[in-house]
Amino acid sequence: MDRKLIGFTVNDTPGVLQRVSGLFSRRGYNIESITVGPSEREGCSRMIVAASGDDALIRQMCSQLRKLIDVLDVVLMHERPYVSRELMLVKLRMDPSKRAEIQTLADTFRCSVIDIGPETMIVQIVGDTDKNDAFLQLIQPYGILELTRTGETAMNRGM
Amino acid sequence: MSYLREKTPAPAAVPGQGERVTGSEILLRMLLAEGVDCVFGYPGGAVLYIYDAMHGNPAFRHVLTRHEQGAIHAADGYARSTGKTGVCLATSGPGATNLITGIATAHMDSVPLVVITGNVASNLIGTDSFQEADIVGMTQPITKHSYFVRRVEDLARIIREAFLLAGTGRKGPILIDIPKDVTAAVTEFVYPESIDIPGYEWANPEANPVDETKLDELIDAIASSAKPLLLAGGGVIQADGSGVLLEFIEKTRIPVTTTLMGLGSVPADHDLWLGMPGMHGTYAANRALIECDLLIAVGARFDDRVTMRLDGFAPHARVAHLDIDAAEIGKLVPASLPIVGDARRILERLNAKLPKPFPDQAEWIESLRKRRREFPLRYAPSTEELKPQYVIEMISRTTDGNAIVTTDVGQHQMWAAQFYRFRHPRSLVTSGGLGTMGFGFPSAIGAQIGNPGKTVVSVNGDGGMQMCAQELAICATHNIPVKIAVINNRTLGMIKQWQELIYDGRYSHIDLSGSPDFVKLAEAYGVKGLRAETPSEAQRVWKEALKTPGPVLIDFVVSKNELVFPMVPQGKALQDIILGPEGSCDRWTGN
Repeated sequence: MDRKLIGFTVNDTPGVLQRVSGLFSRRGYNIESITVGPSEREGCSRMIVAASGDDALIRQMCSQLRKLIDVLDVVLMHERPYVSRELMLVKLRMDPSKRAEIQTLADTFRCSVIDIGPETMIVQIVGDTDKNDAFLQLIQPYGILELTRTGETAMNRGM
Repeated sequence: MSYLREKTPAPAAVPGQGERVTGSEILLRMLLAEGVDCVFGYPGGAVLYIYDAMHGNPAFRHVLTRHEQGAIHAADGYARSTGKTGVCLATSGPGATNLITGIATAHMDSVPLVVITGNVASNLIGTDSFQEADIVGMTQPITKHSYFVRRVEDLARIIREAFLLAGTGRKGPILIDIPKDVTAAVTEFVYPESIDIPGYEWANPEANPVDETKLDELIDAIASSAKPLLLAGGGVIQADGSGVLLEFIEKTRIPVTTTLMGLGSVPADHDLWLGMPGMHGTYAANRALIECDLLIAVGARFDDRVTMRLDGFAPHARVAHLDIDAAEIGKLVPASLPIVGDARRILERLNAKLPKPFPDQAEWIESLRKRRREFPLRYAPSTEELKPQYVIEMISRTTDGNAIVTTDVGQHQMWAAQFYRFRHPRSLVTSGGLGTMGFGFPSAIGAQIGNPGKTVVSVNGDGGMQMCAQELAICATHNIPVKIAVINNRTLGMIKQWQELIYDGRYSHIDLSGSPDFVKLAEAYGVKGLRAETPSEAQRVWKEALKTPGPVLIDFVVSKNELVFPMVPQGKALQDIILGPEGSCDRWTGN
C-alpha cells in the first residue's frame, strides 16, 4: 500500500493534536508520522501526516479530518508537485579507525556530523524519507546506538 | 464565515446586555436566548454557582432527574422528537462521566445536544483534585466538537457556537466544560452578534449549493433504471425532509425502504413502502435490496445491521448516495453517484428538476408487492398467551400510529419497529447506532416534555426498564403522562435469541428472575401500575392506561420464547434471511 502525505492547517488550540491523533487511532488508520508546527497564519499550525492505504482509504481519512471543527483545510500533497523533508539524528559508536569512512559516507549524503565525543558521534541528515532510509541502511554496520526521526514535513511547489 | 441564524433573536432583543454578571448568569441568559425551554440536569459541587443562578432566574426551566444518564437520555428524547437541540447539565467528575453513554448514544444517531459540564476550578485542573475528570479528553471521539471554557469572556460566544454546531450540518452532541471559577467570574454580558467558525462549512447551508450536474445524472439514472429502490434513513428525518421525500416518491413511483432511524419518514400505509431492511427487516425490503439495479440512499449510512455482509448488499445496483456527511460517502459502500448535502434540499432540487410524466416500473413494483403479500411480518397469535408482537400491534391500533414511541434495545425494539405502524417523522425515538439499554424510558420523559399534547408510549424490556427505572420519580413529581409499557418476558430476550440460534441453546446469564414487581415499583414512586397476562387483560388494562391522565406503567407479562423474525444472522448476507416458523418457508435460498 502506498504511503501518502496529507497536509492540513489546524487551529492552534489546546487538544487539537489529540483530536487528530485520536481520529486516526479510533478509526484504525495506519499512520507513520505526524509533524506539527506553527504555520504562516497566526493562530494556526500546520500538520503533515504520512499515512498508508489505498486511494479510497486515504480519501476517507481526508473526509474524516475535514469534519474536525479545528481542521481548516486538507490537501493530499501528491495531487500537485511537492517537496518533502525529514530530519534525522543518528548516534553511532565511534571506532576511531572508521571515522574517515563514516565522514565520507556522510559527505556523500550531504549530512553533517554535529557532535563528536570520545566514544560516539551524532550525524544529522535532512532528506526525503527514501534517502534517509538508504543512509540508515549504509550506516547500519557501523553500529547505531540511537536514532530519532521527525517524520516528513512537506510543501507543494509553486503558488 | 459569519452567519446569523434567523431563529436566534437579534442581539438587541436579548435583555440585560452590558450588565456585569457572573459566568453562570451568562450561561442561563444565553440558553434562554437560544430558545431552550427545558434543561435536564443534576447538581454537584462544580456547578453550584450555575444552580445558584437558576434560583434567581425563574424563567429558566430545569428538570431534576435521578441520575445523569437519565438527564441526557431525556434531553436526547426531547431533541429527537422535537427537532430542537436538547440540553443537559451535570457536575464534574462522576457527574460528567455518567453522561458518557448518553453522549455516545446521541453521537451515533446524530442527535443535536448541548451537554454542559462543570469542572473543578482552573487552578485545580490537572492536579487530580476532588471530582476532577478530563471529560473533554474522554468524550472527543463521541462528540461533534467540544469546548473547555478558559475565560468567562469566551462563554457567550462558545454557547452560540455550540448551538450552531449541534443543530446544523450532520447534527450531533457538543460538550461545553466550564471550570467552577469561570462560572463565578464576573464580566460584561454581551450577546455575540456574529460568530465565525472558519473550519465549519455548514454554518450557512446556502453556502453549500447542491451539485446540479450530479442531480441531472441521477435523474438520467432513474429514467434508465428498471428496478430502482430508495433507502431512506435518519438523515431525512433530521433534515425535516419527509414531506419532500413523499413528493419525490409520488413523482418517481420508486419503492422505498426505511431504516430503523428512518421509520416514520414514509407512512406505514404508503403503497410503495416495503418496511424496514436489514437484520430484522422484511422479506420484501431485503429482496428489493438484492435485486435493485439502482439504489438511491438518502440520509442513510449503510450500518452493518442494514447491509449485513457487504458483498451481498445491493450486488446489482448502481449506488447513488445522498448524504450531508461527505465522509459517509464511500465509507462502506462505493457510490458512483455521490451527492453531498442536506436531504431536504437535495430532494427539493430533485423534485423541481424531475420531468413529468416519469415512467412507472409497474412490473418491478408488482413483484415487490407480491413479496410483501406472500411474506408479511407475522407471528403465531394466541388467545391464552400474551404475545409481545400482539401488545405492539394493540398499541399501534389504539393510538392509530399517531403516538410518539420510544423504545429501549432488544427484541421489543425490533417488534416495535416491525409492528408499530408509524405515520409521522420523529415519532420513533430509539437508540439505533449505539443500541443503548436504559434509553427507552428516560427518552420518553424528554419526548413528552417536548410534546405536551401528544401521547407518548415508552416500550421497554424488563431488562432495560431496570437500567433507568429511577426516573419514575420525575414522571410522578412533574405528572408527565408517559405510558410505560414493560414487555416483560423475564429474560434478556435478544441475547437468548442469539444463544438459541447461534450458540446451540447454551443459555448464559439471560435469566432475569429476581426482577422487581414492576407494578409495585411504579406504585412505590407514586406512578399508577397495571398488569396484564392475557390478551383480553392487555386490551382492558391498556384502555385504562390510555384513559388515565397521568403516567402509567403497564407490566405486560408476555410469553418467554418468542423470537424476532425475519432474521439475517450476523456475518451472513441479506439473501440468507431466515423467515422463521411462521414464514411460508424456513429459509429463502433461491429465487
